Amino acid sequence: MRSSADVVVIGGGVVGASIAYNLAKQGVKDVVLCEKDTFANGSTGRCGAGVREQWGSEGNIRICKASIDIFENLQEELDYDYDIEFVQKGYLMMAYTEKEWDQFQKNVEVQHRLGVNSILCTPEEAKEIVPVLNTEGMFGATYNARDGHANPFHTTNAYLKAFERLGGEVNDFTEVTGIEKRGDKVAKVKTTKGDISAPVVVNAAGPWAAPVGSMVGVELPVYTERHQILVTEAVGHLFDPMLMSFSLGIYCQQTPHGSLVMGIGDPNEPKGYDIGQSWQFLKKMSDVMCRLVPALKGVRVVRQWSGLYTISPDAHPILGTVPGVDGYYQAVGFSGHGFMLAPIVGKLISEMIVGKEPSIDISDLDLGRFERGDLRVEPSVV
Amino acid sequence: MSKNEEDIIVCRCEDITLGEIRKVIREGATTLDEVKRITRAGMGPCQGRTCRLLVAGEIANYLGKPVSEILQSSYRPPFKPVKMGDLAQIHEGNGDCCDCDSEEEGVNS
Repeated sequence: MRSSADVVVIGGGVVGASIAYNLAKQGVKDVVLCEKDTFANGSTGRCGAGVREQWGSEGNIRICKASIDIFENLQEELDYDYDIEFVQKGYLMMAYTEKEWDQFQKNVEVQHRLGVNSILCTPEEAKEIVPVLNTEGMFGATYNARDGHANPFHTTNAYLKAFERLGGEVNDFTEVTGIEKRGDKVAKVKTTKGDISAPVVVNAAGPWAAPVGSMVGVELPVYTERHQILVTEAVGHLFDPMLMSFSLGIYCQQTPHGSLVMGIGDPNEPKGYDIGQSWQFLKKMSDVMCRLVPALKGVRVVRQWSGLYTISPDAHPILGTVPGVDGYYQAVGFSGHGFMLAPIVGKLISEMIVGKEPSIDISDLDLGRFERGDLRVEPSVV
Repeated sequence: MSKNEEDIIVCRCEDITLGEIRKVIREGATTLDEVKRITRAGMGPCQGRTCRLLVAGEIANYLGKPVSEILQSSYRPPFKPVKMGDLAQIHEGNGDCCDCDSEEEGVNS
């Protein structure tokens, strides 16, 4: 392992991998990434892997639209040996209350203004898009063909391999145990494999963002919470888009491999670092999804697991610098949306580090917003 | 490695060959999780019951370490694949699964 670097990135999930790659692409010669386990082992490899630009706030639409722009060319850009499996077969977002339906209609207006070609669907039109769907009780749905999903393992691996080809160093099983400052400046990263002198350190530690932040005296107002997920056996084609409903608390996608990946929210999930599973989740998930897509009754669940959301007070990520800690950057608190945001966030953070004006203004996503009381609002998360 | 050896199927659920496994190990994978995440070996319906040890053996061989030192991946529920229609009918009270009538509604694999 190198003993000095221009930048040390902490975290081998998709966010850290994207930041590391983008730094190398910007011409930063000596970038070292430290991961305490193996790649995509924290939240990335456990996620539902959806990518959408169907949001309600302008800020979220702009940033996610830019991320999809990158995803569309990522396979080629990273010159990856395998397939990141990015498919754009849309998101169908289903409304089950009048209030939700009203909000969706407002969202679509904002989306149209920003160039997102989402459409409003009656339940009948939703059924045309997903013929196996039971539309009982549905007020309506919105659909955007440009949304989709990708494979989180391969996306992360693709970034890391491209990063290494550009001269970067990836250290797995290398846990950061401390960060030394000289005055107000970051000076050294201490790890279980030795120390790395570096003037810049990036906190992309996902669920471990708060303990890493505290190593430089930054207290992050985030908490971690378990979310459960399952995958079925591979079956023939059932439907194209990611199905999503805030009222039902579900999302479900069919991967290119044919298996279905799905999750359901539960307000009683434990906070902290518990990543166990429950049979109650299997029951609830199956119950809701078999009603929504009756054809799923005969499909077998192969595996269940869970991962952690790292949730900030306004459920938006915390990005950029912190006054008083020179050389410290962070990309944390993604609140369940890190995978879809990683491509654009990697670009923006790397631009900040090399001293360029970020191509999208994200100054309102800084840590200071919580003190200013300037919280971000996203109406499309119920 | 002979052509024939390269074509041996190691993960029978996902049709992953010895050649594919060895390629990922050569590219730097040192754990079962990494091999699984890149190739899908062990992600199929049997959850790696057959390939898990074979893959561990390949990693151990490549690294010149005993198999016992190769980091295993997690065993995850359910123990065997279960139809969603059956899971949906678990009664919260007693954990019994009744009225399993989902046989007719199967989806072609």
